[in-house]
Amino acid sequence: MASTLSRRTFLKVSAAGGALVISGYIPGLNDTAEAAGSFEPNVWLKIGADDTVTITLSQLEMGQGVMTSMPMLVAEELDIDWNKIKTEWAPADPKYGNPNFGGAQLTAGSNSVRGMWKLLREAGGTARAMLVTAAAKDWSVAENTCSTEKGEVIHKATGRRARYGSLVDKAAALPVPKDVSLKDPKDFRLLGKTMPRLDIPEKVNGRAVFGIDVKRPNMLIARVVRCPVFGGKVATFNADKAKEVAGVRHVVQISSGIAVVADNYWAASKGAQALDVKWNEGSLANLTSADIMKKYKALAEQPGKVARNDGDAAGAVKGAGRSFERVFELPFLAHACMEPMNCTADVRSDRCDVWVPTQGQTASAAAAVAASGLPAKAVNIHTTYLGGGFGRRGEADFVTDAVETSKATGKPVKVIWTREDDIQHDYYRPVSYVRMWGALDPSGKPVAFMQRLVQQSLMKRLGPLPPNGVDFISVDGSATLPYDIPNIRVEYTETDPGIPYGFWRSVGASVQGFVVEGFIDELATTAGKDPYQFRHDLLSKHPRHRAVLDLVAEKSGWGKPLPAGHARGIAVMEAFGSIVGEVAEVSVTNGAVRVHKVWCAVDTGWVINPDTIKAQMEGGTIYGLTAALKGEITIQNGRVAQHHFNDYPMIRHNEAPEVEVHIVPSTEKPGGIGEPSTAVAAGALANAIFAATGKRIYTLPIRAEQLRG
Amino acid sequence: MISLNVNGKRYDVDVSPDMPLLWVIRDAIGLTGTKFGCGLSQCGACTVHLDGEPVRSCVTPVSSVGARKVTTIEGLSPDSTHALQTAWVAEQVPQCGYCQSGQLMSAAALLAKKPKPSDADIDAAMSGNICRCGTYQRIRRAIHRAAGV
Ligand code: FES
Ligand code: FES
Repeated sequence: MASTLSRRTFLKVSAAGGALVISGYIPGLNDTAEAAGSFEPNVWLKIGADDTVTITLSQLEMGQGVMTSMPMLVAEELDIDWNKIKTEWAPADPKYGNPNFGGAQLTAGSNSVRGMWKLLREAGGTARAMLVTAAAKDWSVAENTCSTEKGEVIHKATGRRARYGSLVDKAAALPVPKDVSLKDPKDFRLLGKTMPRLDIPEKVNGRAVFGIDVKRPNMLIARVVRCPVFGGKVATFNADKAKEVAGVRHVVQISSGIAVVADNYWAASKGAQALDVKWNEGSLANLTSADIMKKYKALAEQPGKVARNDGDAAGAVKGAGRSFERVFELPFLAHACMEPMNCTADVRSDRCDVWVPTQGQTASAAAAVAASGLPAKAVNIHTTYLGGGFGRRGEADFVTDAVETSKATGKPVKVIWTREDDIQHDYYRPVSYVRMWGALDPSGKPVAFMQRLVQQSLMKRLGPLPPNGVDFISVDGSATLPYDIPNIRVEYTETDPGIPYGFWRSVGASVQGFVVEGFIDELATTAGKDPYQFRHDLLSKHPRHRAVLDLVAEKSGWGKPLPAGHARGIAVMEAFGSIVGEVAEVSVTNGAVRVHKVWCAVDTGWVINPDTIKAQMEGGTIYGLTAALKGEITIQNGRVAQHHFNDYPMIRHNEAPEVEVHIVPSTEKPGGIGEPSTAVAAGALANAIFAATGKRIYTLPIRAEQLRG
Repeated sequence: MISLNVNGKRYDVDVSPDMPLLWVIRDAIGLTGTKFGCGLSQCGACTVHLDGEPVRSCVTPVSSVGARKVTTIEGLSPDSTHALQTAWVAEQVPQCGYCQSGQLMSAAALLAKKPKPSDADIDAAMSGNICRCGTYQRIRRAIHRAAGV
């Protein structure tokens, strides 16, 4: 890892002047300045003689704005004209790895800015330093008398200016400086200002190319028929009827089922419906959600592995005048990206090309190597825009589908999943069973907070659990509890019923934001305290949390009168390096919840693109509210009972509240923005419902029956 | 052969008559701005216009189109200057962008009928279009902006 990630490796000059000019020079065709040379001091940027700056994007664009925020980081230190920016997707290659993932190329865990900001700013700063050196030499002036602005080196005293493009050959000949100082945030010109997103113009006219839009010569389209039961396998199949469908070319068995390969999607789809398959349903064929919860409940009778232990929480619960236990249950959830899973592969004898909307180039490449049987250097991963990711596209099952099908048919093949495939064959947000205990002293101060969580281990998807047996992803929000409570104990028990599970927007915090903030709220109201004031008083050691909480309370008019039937709920938590507080205003009529508005305050450190932060807070909140109000995947006979948007519904225009976002000014290092608001939304919502109805929510999704009467 | 008028251009396509218009547009004609989200009229990603009326192309058999003019996102304006497109950019609406062709086509049909739609009009016309990224409030603002209110 160190060898691929050290700065030194990145900052090798990839010779511009000499080698590049020669290889780029085609006699008689082009001898203009553009072809003369370029400056490429590291793998992240290239400056052309025409002043264009091409920035390589390793983090992938799924709506979270990285296509704009990553170049902003480079541009800030490089002092370029923003209008001269071009971007290019990086191929799968360790040299583009994200340090936060040990050098893997993965866009997940709200880690794009967090993992890359230093690297990208250094890349820009290094290039700028070399351009300054080149100009200063030329003018025979001291480097520290030169400044840079909008793509030019400027020598104020003599009024001389040189465009970066005019300096590329000279800069490329210089040694790369070892250390480069980065700007003080107060000197930022670009970072912190809203820049229009670079991807938006082609997302309003149909030109943006998503994975599903990839076209290759002679490409066929496939649909895969999968065993509905998890772990089930093909016993036998008869393809005769499927092959009779006009346009169906091949029917092949692959590891996930039977691929029906046709001239177009419609033919593949009709072929899939005509296919006759007998399944060997395997050992999970009788499993139900009720069985799973029963087992989890039994496991929660026993102590778990200890994630945090301050004081003596169990003793404090026993000894306190007022103590109570609550049980929270949360369901499996599907990601339901708007663009169904898909992948296009072209496997030849000596190479394998894959076009894929993926969050993980590294994982996609590994899957393609395994499925094609070709060496890693023969595999080429081409990325596209992602029509949503939310963690689902960090998996690579769709890559395996496409590579195996292309290999079996000898043709370029695009595999497109149906919406049912997507809902029924996801890697779900794990189901969770959580026991909570709390205690208050006679003055109403909380003296104990205890949690016992039973859940599949998310960390195990990445590697083994640490020696203490605690999955720190699962306890993200409880083990990190910020509130000043003397006795805190958090326990974790791992189990696995065999249902595929994975990373769902905000991951462990998606459970904890609801459980912890709901429970803290109940401690507050049981103590007869105002839920905002109660939290505020417990956050004296966490000033950032407190500032966020105070800001969201102020902006939402906490404590001020509301229309009849309306009520507010509040929640705050840290997740992915950012602190988010939300207030939801709701009303409940005959059990039906209406969310009128959500206020959100966020401290995400120093800010890159403010409007992108707002957009992520807005969208993340809707994602969290959708899950809390509607989201549930249930298992019946080893298979998923839901199929579509009709039984796995989404918040739509007529139900979506406005989300008003406020950013706390901060000079802390940047936090993640894609996920935290999803985690906290359910907490604010459930607490508002309590304020409106007097009913506490312990089970998601929230059902009208729970709230009637 | 089935003849279609798509974005003012005539296409003769050799496809099965039950093939949904969505797949004819995407796979046979090659215009990929119109998206597949569910195939069951539940998400709106595939919305196109037939003689100006919004339809879900995923459940519209190509044989039922006849002489009606098909307009897809690519035909909404020649140069991305439809009032809604400029409003979408001004409000920075799209996130992943996958649902946005359908959102724009539904909104365009709404504005053609009701140049100054109320919030209730927007709810009624747009609630068939899911946005999993949750860009709803920006879509609403952009529609109002395009309507000049
Ligand atoms: S794809 Fe047509 S409505 Fe969803
Ligand atoms: S922008 Fe992603 S689904 Fe709407």
